[in-house]
Amino acid sequence: MKRREFLTIPAGALGGTLLYTLAREPFLLRAQEGSAKDGTVKVPLRFFTAGEARVIAAASERIFPSDASGPGAKEAGVVIYIDRQLAGPYGADKYRYTKGAFVESVPEHGYQAKANPRETYRDGIAKLGVNFDELPVEQQIQKLQSMEKTHFFQLLRTHTIEGMFSDPMHGGNAGMIGWQLVGYPGPRMSYREDIDKHFGTEFRPKPASLEQIMKRPGKPWEDEKV
Amino acid sequence: MTNLKPVDVAIIGGGWTGLAMAKELVSRTSVSVLALERGAPRSTADYAMDMDELDYNVRLRMMQNIAEETITHRHSLRDSAVPVRQYGSFHPGTGVGGAGEHWTGMSFRFMQDVFTMRTHLTEKHGAAHLPADLAVQDWGVTYDQLEPHYWYAEQMMGVSGKAGNLGGKLIDGGNTFESPRSHDYPTPALKQAYASYLFDQAARKLGYHPYPTPAANLSENFTNPDGISRPACAYCGYCTRFGCMIGAKAQPSNTLMPVLRKHKSFQLRTGSWVRRIVHENGRATGVQFTDANGEEFFQPAETVILSTFTLNNVRLMYLSKIGTPYDPASGKGTLGRNLTHQVQGGARIYFDKPLNAFMGAGCLGMRISDYDGGNGLTGEDGLLRFGMLSCNSRGEQPIAAFGAIPPGSAKSNWGAEWKAASLQWRDRVSDLTLAGEHMSYRQNYIDLDPTYTDKFGDPLLRFTLDWTEHEYKQHDFAYDLAAKIGPVMGAKVDPRRPSHAKYNTINYQSTHIQGGAIMGASPDTSVVNPYLQHWDVPNLWVIGASSFPQNASGNPTLTALAVTHWAADAVINKYLKHPGKLA
Repeated sequence: MKRREFLTIPAGALGGTLLYTLAREPFLLRAQEGSAKDGTVKVPLRFFTAGEARVIAAASERIFPSDASGPGAKEAGVVIYIDRQLAGPYGADKYRYTKGAFVESVPEHGYQAKANPRETYRDGIAKLGVNFDELPVEQQIQKLQSMEKTHFFQLLRTHTIEGMFSDPMHGGNAGMIGWQLVGYPGPRMSYREDIDKHFGTEFRPKPASLEQIMKRPGKPWEDEKV
Repeated sequence: MTNLKPVDVAIIGGGWTGLAMAKELVSRTSVSVLALERGAPRSTADYAMDMDELDYNVRLRMMQNIAEETITHRHSLRDSAVPVRQYGSFHPGTGVGGAGEHWTGMSFRFMQDVFTMRTHLTEKHGAAHLPADLAVQDWGVTYDQLEPHYWYAEQMMGVSGKAGNLGGKLIDGGNTFESPRSHDYPTPALKQAYASYLFDQAARKLGYHPYPTPAANLSENFTNPDGISRPACAYCGYCTRFGCMIGAKAQPSNTLMPVLRKHKSFQLRTGSWVRRIVHENGRATGVQFTDANGEEFFQPAETVILSTFTLNNVRLMYLSKIGTPYDPASGKGTLGRNLTHQVQGGARIYFDKPLNAFMGAGCLGMRISDYDGGNGLTGEDGLLRFGMLSCNSRGEQPIAAFGAIPPGSAKSNWGAEWKAASLQWRDRVSDLTLAGEHMSYRQNYIDLDPTYTDKFGDPLLRFTLDWTEHEYKQHDFAYDLAAKIGPVMGAKVDPRRPSHAKYNTINYQSTHIQGGAIMGASPDTSVVNPYLQHWDVPNLWVIGASSFPQNASGNPTLTALAVTHWAADAVINKYLKHPGKLA
């Protein structure tokens, strides 16, 4: 049996409602098996090894950094989001046309190669290097710049944005930190009374997630059996 | 292969057109009707937990499983085609209701000259001034003939809007360029959001004639002539690529299925993938399908209605060897000809004020038709047809919206500088959008791919499709028009002009794929007659946007429903009484 892998992160670094983020994993911050007494949490990983998760956590943080303009990939838990996407049907290309022949074509036809997102990440992480997360920030940025044109980098950039702003049931946007950052209120049943008001001024209802407004568990696609 | 008990009418596809045809048949006749849908059942109750941008808007959870079947694409006869491996430029639906569940709901009537396009353009410009490769045709049916059927479709869905031409009387605030209507819209126009309000004010100031986009989203609670009640739109913004969780957006599941369920003569079989129309001696004898367990069936039927999305209508005829494949070299043959999409374009605009753009509805917006069709165009610069320019408040979602920044505001598209710029411009960006006519050309067509196959090993469809100089002129015209209106709205217009790029299968344009099984007055140039009856196989009817000889600027669903109802009248009032060729 594959050894269970965990990502260890400082509890304070993650938005504050990590418990909610991990709702479908039976998981309690205090009572968690193997949790350290040093204020860290261990997030069970579905796809990455702990080392790979650290590399992707660092790389996504360079793409969407936590800085003076607000929180970033680290606080949102983007790496947890990516880990789940890769473990699910998306990562395995369950819903992509994957019959051969695989031939290179013009750019207007998009990604035509055989590798699925899981393979693309494994290859990309190898190119970033297993010690990527230990490099100084400037070197991390340079390394990513040198890979900007690769399919891997483009996926990573796209997934980082998704992990910042998708509903928290997918594992990122912890505590709706991404939605708070951009003033998105989450899904809401009605704006009938507001749609033609607030012209030119900010209308920013307090965010709520899908599971909060519907009061039942979501069925994120990544949980589908591959 | 298991032989099933015969039915009077077998309908292939359980989307808008198939179920609309079924509803007419079972409510107006005593025939037995079986609809075969390859996807799963759907209902409004399924949609409550779908307000999730990632799974539905990004990963496209409601679409056909592209791993099982896709199309291939090439730009010209000289190229070899490759598969569309992930959805991009259009989104075919699946399941009961088909793409009619996740559509946006824009519900236009086409202008009358669209239906007589070849005649109209020849009269206006002279045959010598039309592009040599232009393949536009007359439909064989006129706007006046379709008008009552448009009205039927508008009532069925409760389309909201404001008439601009009631029986020839022009009405300010509606689309004064539309062809005459017998009735105003069943429900009033939706409320407008900030961005579309600004467009309305600016366009008016400039002397244009803005009007609200006609929407299959109810502006007020409504009961249609079938007695089906639905609630008013809540402007939640989860329309396009989502099913409506309250049923305010008209979908087959909330308008047609509640009626059909009451009829014992109607049966719906889901998970049933029709793979061949079986025929002999010029008559369809039934359909062959494979169910979800891989078991094969033959369903005998007196009449077959082929009413899937454009793609599968054309493909099933190719696979069943019905009709004569089109040959672009000689211009002979009909199956697959006149493939069109829709011309998109316009310009991005940037405001210094928040738009609260997360509120909206897929078809909430204001638009102008001052240059729609051939309005205001002389044709001297080669621009024969244009389209509508609009500003929409669709309900912006944060993954898709993030990172829309004016050029030059960040050196890269990631990192600290990009993040700060994206946050600065967050909720201050909108688009002025062209919905432009895509005329048909000889070289744009559909056939079977010689290499790639579906999950059963049957050949995929192949698109040969590219933009021409005319579409680039439409792009330029749209940009220039947007650049006039944007500043009057108080916005800065993105300085990047249209790039005149080739057709790409990556970026979403619209799911408005038309043609391939077009209607017309002659069997030499069309697949079906003006009643949508197949010219060679009179007990086969092929309905939907596959029958449109060219794209009109407006989105096709309302017209697809109008021609379905027109065809249903022909089936019921003429064909079933005296089976045979109607033309």
